[in-house]
Amino acid sequence: MTNVSAAADDYGFVRFANVQKSYDGEILVVKDLNLDIAKGEFLTMLGPSGSGKTTCLMMLAGFESATYGEIRLKNERIDNVPPHKRGIGMVFQNYALFPHMTVAENLAFPLRVRKMGKAEIEDRVKRALEMVELPAMAGRMPAQLSGGQQQRVAVARALVFEPDLVLMDEPLGALDKNLREQMQYEIKHIHESLGVTVVYVTHDQSEALTMSNRIAVFNDGVIQQLAPPADLYERPDNAFVAAFIGENNKLKGKVEQMDGQSCTVRLEDGSSVVALPVNVGGKGEPTTLSLRPERVVVAPAEGSLPNAFEARVEELIYLGDHIRTRVSVCGTDEFIVKIPNAQSHARISRGEMVRIGWAMEDCRALDA
Amino acid sequence: MAQADAASLGGAPITAMVTADGVPLKKSLAKAERRRKITAFLLVAPLLAFIIFTFVIPIGSMLFRSVDNPIIVQVLPRTVDALQEWDGQDIPPESAFAAMAEDLVEAQANRTVGRVAVRLNYEMSGARSLLTATARRADDLAAPFQESLVDANPRWGDTEIWAAIQREGRRFTPAYFVSAIDMRYASDGSIERQPENQRIYVTLFIRTLMLSVAITLTTLLLGYPIAYLLATLPLRYSNLLMICVLLPFWTSLLVRTTAWIVLLQQQGVLNDILVALGIIGDNGRIMMVYNAAGTIIAMTHILLPFMVLPLYSVMKGIPPSYVRAARSLGANPWTAFWKVYVPQTMPGVGAGAVLVFIISIGYYITPALVGGQSGQMISNLIAFHMQNSLNWGLAAALGTILLAGVLILYWVYNRIVGVDNVKLG
Ligand SMILES: Nc1ncnc2c1ncn2[C@@H]1O[C@H](COP(=O)(O)OP(=O)(O)OP(=O)(O)O)[C@@H](O)[C@H]1O
Ligand SMILES: [Mg+2]
Repeated sequence: MTNVSAAADDYGFVRFANVQKSYDGEILVVKDLNLDIAKGEFLTMLGPSGSGKTTCLMMLAGFESATYGEIRLKNERIDNVPPHKRGIGMVFQNYALFPHMTVAENLAFPLRVRKMGKAEIEDRVKRALEMVELPAMAGRMPAQLSGGQQQRVAVARALVFEPDLVLMDEPLGALDKNLREQMQYEIKHIHESLGVTVVYVTHDQSEALTMSNRIAVFNDGVIQQLAPPADLYERPDNAFVAAFIGENNKLKGKVEQMDGQSCTVRLEDGSSVVALPVNVGGKGEPTTLSLRPERVVVAPAEGSLPNAFEARVEELIYLGDHIRTRVSVCGTDEFIVKIPNAQSHARISRGEMVRIGWAMEDCRALDA
Repeated sequence: MAQADAASLGGAPITAMVTADGVPLKKSLAKAERRRKITAFLLVAPLLAFIIFTFVIPIGSMLFRSVDNPIIVQVLPRTVDALQEWDGQDIPPESAFAAMAEDLVEAQANRTVGRVAVRLNYEMSGARSLLTATARRADDLAAPFQESLVDANPRWGDTEIWAAIQREGRRFTPAYFVSAIDMRYASDGSIERQPENQRIYVTLFIRTLMLSVAITLTTLLLGYPIAYLLATLPLRYSNLLMICVLLPFWTSLLVRTTAWIVLLQQQGVLNDILVALGIIGDNGRIMMVYNAAGTIIAMTHILLPFMVLPLYSVMKGIPPSYVRAARSLGANPWTAFWKVYVPQTMPGVGAGAVLVFIISIGYYITPALVGGQSGQMISNLIAFHMQNSLNWGLAAALGTILLAGVLILYWVYNRIVGVDNVKLG
């Protein structure tokens, strides 16, 4: 995807080791966080609201202190380094552009506090504005810019002093969908061309999937899974990640039999499914099977798939490129199948019985 | 596009828009608007009436009184007439003396001589006794009136009294303003400064200005950190602090001022403590009240909430991310505060400063109670002329100058800071 196929020793540019954080002394908002970020990496923290993403970012930026554990930047402990000496650029959700300064003054601010020469400041501000394609806006006040333009200025300001690390806390949260997609592309582009390390926070999974080298999925103060986007989607480690990333069919049951590469799971309605054991205990343990809707095959050739069931079509939703079909099978009527809108596919209609099946590898047996 | 095409195709000129029932749109809009306007007006009418009666009319009457000058024209009409042609150089003609004698007889009969005597006394010391004494024996005056009047009192032979009557024999007069800026009319009718020992008002205006600036600065200095704390502390602490800030509002002004006297006077609590601690000797007790310091201390306390509240409301609206952004961009805490936080609180500073300054420039009770001599402000003198000397014209002139001064300062302030930048909450 990018120039970052980080070698193992690159990791540790940023390192969270056993970090815990509590605001009130009662509840741990971040529980035992271990995270290594490589130089030049685009790492996204993804998770539901209140899962502790902003808190992690604030600890890294120096606005909150870790209750326990250590945070290292370039192998130096930064617990006692004040925020302005950490040299970390930051983009805030509300942009935090200084309202009493023009765009150019905003951009010059980090350079002026570093006591740079006038000519150099001017030159850098000009280049930064060109980078975000806003050279004409230098003299405007932030309030005179659109949301997207403000966002770009905020990004430019966080980069203008050439930090090695940039933190972005839901920087696109306030933008509409089209603009958001465009900005995702632009931020990604800037990241690639500058080679800067980015730690990015969002709760929008498609944003995380399109932009990141790796995604850390947060829930309840714990990283549930840390993996590249494709792995996260195709090989979720646990039921939370499977449910949180993309659409997912859940089937609950008990492990009946287990050998090295596969396991047999008896579902609650009595049917038996062959699945890939990923995160299950042993025989007799409860498990949740996770299956992506697009991996379900309609009318498979007899005997080609280990799992094949008769399903009743409950609902059809036409979505252009595919037809979202809700069927009842294996004791659930919330089972979704995505049927591509291709010529080869037979038309099915509501109430009809169809035969569906899926491969063992596509059906992952996860924690209950 | 389609509409325009249709219109041009039909060849009909584009007519005024109409509503569904054919009434022109403008007209029905105006009708709807009118009803709304009447409702709005009725809603503000009580307040409007209140403001007119308690604000516009009093101020109008004050402005009027500062130039109003009816007495001399009313009581000495013949004299004023007779002095019309007088050149002011020599003794006025006999006709003027005759007119004066006639006016005095009438004034004595109507019991109006006292008023005119008081009025002329403002212009010329001794004029009161001159007029009242002569008027008492006005019936004895006989032609030739010049001799007769000079006989009664030799000062009738000077031009001074005649010049004053001629000058002030007009319906409106600038005389009160002349004395309000420590000036007086010289004998030749030109305006000159009062002798040194009689200049009071200009000094007092300047002192009022200085005291108000000092009070504004101390409230700002004390109020800014409090407002900052209020805006940043967790709610349960900030509520408590807010109550402390508002406490001055909840106690009577008199109680508070008296409390300051108890604390600050030479035999007061603070001095006692200082003596007890051995910081000052018993005979070195510090004067902290009944002087300018007393005025500043007590008024700072009283006006602090007017500074804190606008500051607080502005600071409350500044998200912490601005200072954080500044810090992450490399600014140390002081730079972040001074370059990023403070500029954003300027609207609050402006609002608080304007409020405190304008309230303190016209403040009366506190300086009267704790100001002593050096802590008096112009409002105390206005009150003095209202209540004791009863020179309402001068009081009105002083009040008008004060009002004009505030308006000018407000204008200057608006040019510098911009009133749109002021946020009152
Ligand atoms: N300053 C604070 N004081 C006390 N509790 C806090 C504070 N900031 C955050 N929390 C709590 O910590 C938890 C995690 O908050 P955090 O802001 O890190 O979540 P988040 O993952 O960024 O969520 P979101 O997606 O909504 O921004 C929440 O339960 C929140 O209530
Ligand atoms: Mg957050």
